[in-house]
Amino acid sequence: MAESKLDLLQGTLDLMVLQTLAALGPLHGYGIARRIEQVSGHAVLLNQGTIYASLVRLQQRAWISAEWGTSRNNRKAKFYSLTKRGRKQLSEDTAYWQRLSSVMGRILSMAEDGDSK
Amino acid sequence: MIDWIREWFHRFGSFFRKPQLDRELDAEMVAHLKLAIEENLQRGMSPEEARRQALIGFGGTEQAKEHHRETRSLPVLEILSQDLRYTLRTLRRDRAFAAIAVLILALGIGANIAVFSVVNTILLRPLPFPDSQQLTWFAGSHGQGPLSGITYNVGSYEEFRRHNQSFQEVTAFQPFWGSSEYNLTGHGEPQHVQAVMVADNFFRTLGLEPALGRNFLPTECAKGAAPTVLLTHAFWRQQFAADPAIVGQSITLDNKAATVVGVLPSSFDFPSVFWPGLRADIFVPAIMDEIRDWGNTLVILGRLKAGVSLAQAQAEAKALLPQLKAAHPEWFMEYTADMSSLKDYVSGKLRRSLIVLWCAVGLILLIVCVNLSNLLLARLASRNKEFAVRNALGASRGRLIRQLLTESLVLSCAGALLGVGLAYAVTYYLAHQGSIVLPLLSSVRVDGTALAWTLVLTLAVGVLFGIAPGLMLSGANVQENLKDAGRGLSEGRKHEVMRSVLVVSEVALSFLLLVGAGLLLRSFLRILDVALGFQPSHAAAITINYDDGNDGAKRGVILQEILRQVKALPGIEAAGVTDMLPLDRNRSWGLLNPSRSYPKDEDLSAIVRIVTPGYLDAMGIRLTAGRDFSWQDAANTEGVVIINETGARRHWPGESPIGRLARGMGKAPDRVIGVVADVRVSSLETSPGSEMYLLVTEASPEGSELVVRSKLPSDVLTPMVMSTLRKLNPAQPATGFRPVEALVDHTVSPRRFFVMLVSIFAGLGLVLAALGIYGVISYSVTRQTQEIGIRMALGATAGHVLLGVLSKTMRLATLGIGFGAIASLAVARWISSLLFQTAPADPATFVIMILLLTGVAGAAGFFPARRASSIDPMVALRND
Repeated sequence: MAESKLDLLQGTLDLMVLQTLAALGPLHGYGIARRIEQVSGHAVLLNQGTIYASLVRLQQRAWISAEWGTSRNNRKAKFYSLTKRGRKQLSEDTAYWQRLSSVMGRILSMAEDGDSK
Repeated sequence: MIDWIREWFHRFGSFFRKPQLDRELDAEMVAHLKLAIEENLQRGMSPEEARRQALIGFGGTEQAKEHHRETRSLPVLEILSQDLRYTLRTLRRDRAFAAIAVLILALGIGANIAVFSVVNTILLRPLPFPDSQQLTWFAGSHGQGPLSGITYNVGSYEEFRRHNQSFQEVTAFQPFWGSSEYNLTGHGEPQHVQAVMVADNFFRTLGLEPALGRNFLPTECAKGAAPTVLLTHAFWRQQFAADPAIVGQSITLDNKAATVVGVLPSSFDFPSVFWPGLRADIFVPAIMDEIRDWGNTLVILGRLKAGVSLAQAQAEAKALLPQLKAAHPEWFMEYTADMSSLKDYVSGKLRRSLIVLWCAVGLILLIVCVNLSNLLLARLASRNKEFAVRNALGASRGRLIRQLLTESLVLSCAGALLGVGLAYAVTYYLAHQGSIVLPLLSSVRVDGTALAWTLVLTLAVGVLFGIAPGLMLSGANVQENLKDAGRGLSEGRKHEVMRSVLVVSEVALSFLLLVGAGLLLRSFLRILDVALGFQPSHAAAITINYDDGNDGAKRGVILQEILRQVKALPGIEAAGVTDMLPLDRNRSWGLLNPSRSYPKDEDLSAIVRIVTPGYLDAMGIRLTAGRDFSWQDAANTEGVVIINETGARRHWPGESPIGRLARGMGKAPDRVIGVVADVRVSSLETSPGSEMYLLVTEASPEGSELVVRSKLPSDVLTPMVMSTLRKLNPAQPATGFRPVEALVDHTVSPRRFFVMLVSIFAGLGLVLAALGIYGVISYSVTRQTQEIGIRMALGATAGHVLLGVLSKTMRLATLGIGFGAIASLAVARWISSLLFQTAPADPATFVIMILLLTGVAGAAGFFPARRASSIDPMVALRND
């Protein structure tokens, strides 16, 4: 394990959750967590349990809604889906994130004398 | 922003749905794990491995739950509710402590709210009129002397109103209470009605609209206009059963019809602003042309124009009034106007007293805080172990201090709740009693401002008395206490030092209060001791009514007959009639010795009372030279006058005025036939100037008060005299006898009120200080049981031990009294203007209070001392 897993920045998990729901439609907590793990190629340090704090926060902000339902293999689970407000928030956050990451990319790629990558 | 608000709203809501949300989260987590296990099984793991991997993937379930709770709710609130629950449990275990603490706090906070409500009503809140800061009071003669001195004649009022530039309105009313009384007939029993004569724009100036009907019209204030009246709301309710139809109807006043044009709003309480302690039932227009030649009869009030300051108005009046006088040589005097805001006029005199009262009640709260600090410290000592255990279990020191503060705040909130109830009761009483003569008192209530003040006090008090135990705790090595049983070791000693400091400050504060109360009480007793000049006990007065057609001779005949019949009644020792009673109403004319010349600004005014023969006797006014009037004097052409000792000294220095001629302003000279003792005019604290008495047939009286001297109780006296009066005049209104003592009482009531309150606070302070001393000494005796036991085993006698404990008590008390005495000397100087014939450093007061406090401290220390001396060494040593 030369490379340790990435710690999540504050707020990034919320954005991941929103994007996951946007991409996959209604999903339960386990599904969301698994999906993030898979897509990130297991590079993110995610205790699946922490997803629930994120879910309740998004719910309180009315960006996602929740409903009890049954999974494909007939298990009762709470399903989360994106709301209209959540969709709007997602596009705002995505734009922001992309701008920030491009700026960060540019700044971090500034060449330093004799120590360029 | 909206999202943020929504989130906090939800968080707040979640706090109250904790169990449900926790259940839901649990269900969700269970589902999560089941889904994970299932997936792992499908991937071919063994059931055991599938479960293990699922749990690893999930991470710590407790952390996840805690994280969830923190995110969804308000952690501060959670902790607070935990602390609260814990506090309530602790307090329930220690009911006696909680009850005493809450009771002490309720007294302290309740007294503070009540006093604040009074201060707020009288001093802080604006008067109950729109833009009341514009209302201006005019005081003539620099506000000195009786009412006649500070009032104005009609001419000066009208001219000032016409020519000034500073005021949007200038108005006037006739301030002599009792000078316009009417007999209301035709509505049940004849009623004695108090009227106020006001200028046409009086209510407009105050910014008042009648609740029903309309204001007076200018034409109704002109000479010869049909009489009109406005009713006060209270009188309308009481006399006319709040019948709106009365507006427009006419009522009979002194056998003349007067039309009711309106009813004033219930919020308007004329006496509470202008005539504290007196009554006003109706308002009638002042017919200026009729009172034009009556001399000074009007008080002037103005409403400043927007943007004009009081100083500008004052400057204008200073320039304008002399010009007006120059244009009117017929005015008796040159008028001046010392202007103040109406608010200042109403409550300015009380400012110092109220602030002193406020400070006294603040001191009480401070003593309460110190006392509770002490109680909490004592409790803390016995709770050391509990805190040590909690600390060992992971509660941080901050958390423990927060716990202590929560406890003190819970106590102070409970105290405040009870205190508010207490304050409501007290203010209700104050607003509805009739014996304390303070302006605006009838509108005292616990209002929003007072409640806000309560909140501030409650929090401050809670923190203040919670802080000492908190400090103690944070300074302590909590771990140590696990080993220490809280006895005999340094920890306990440190507590004791802290508690001793608290007790010393408590004693000092209560000494301060005691001295303040003592000085005020002594002043009050001195005032009650002043020579009134009359004998109030066993004298009573009743307002009588008769129709003399304004003819002096006829008046003499009527009054002589009334007095003859009344004196013939059994149990009546003396009877006489005066137009004005001392300490009730007054007016002044002039008095001078015509054979003397006076410097230009010599004050020649003299209080005048128009009386019948026998009045001096009935009132118990001592004749020092000459004789009383007799009815024969009425037949003589030469007028007669009786003057007081001050008048005699002032105008006939070094000689007897008896038989000399005296001159009143603008009247033929009268022969001085008697000299009587000085009679206090409007207050007990100021000595009267010149006074004179004229015979009822020779001058126009303003009203008639029949004074009788009798030992009969009022319920026998009133019907007996009333039936005699009714026989002579069927229209005699139904009024009762006023004991002359009540007049004295009325006059001293504001001071009595302040003295009583400050004394109550001082008493409370004394009790609290005693409680504090008892607590500390008692605790130290308990703590030293073993030590005392050893000393007794080694030969110390019970007497030694008793003396030891007592001397410790006295050390604390002496220190406290010492500090208190130093503070008292400074504070006494500050209240010296409230004292009467009492030095701020009055040795008697100081000595008495030192003895009192020492005695009480000794008693408080005696009980624990006796307990200490009766310790059985064997038991004490075996114990523990």
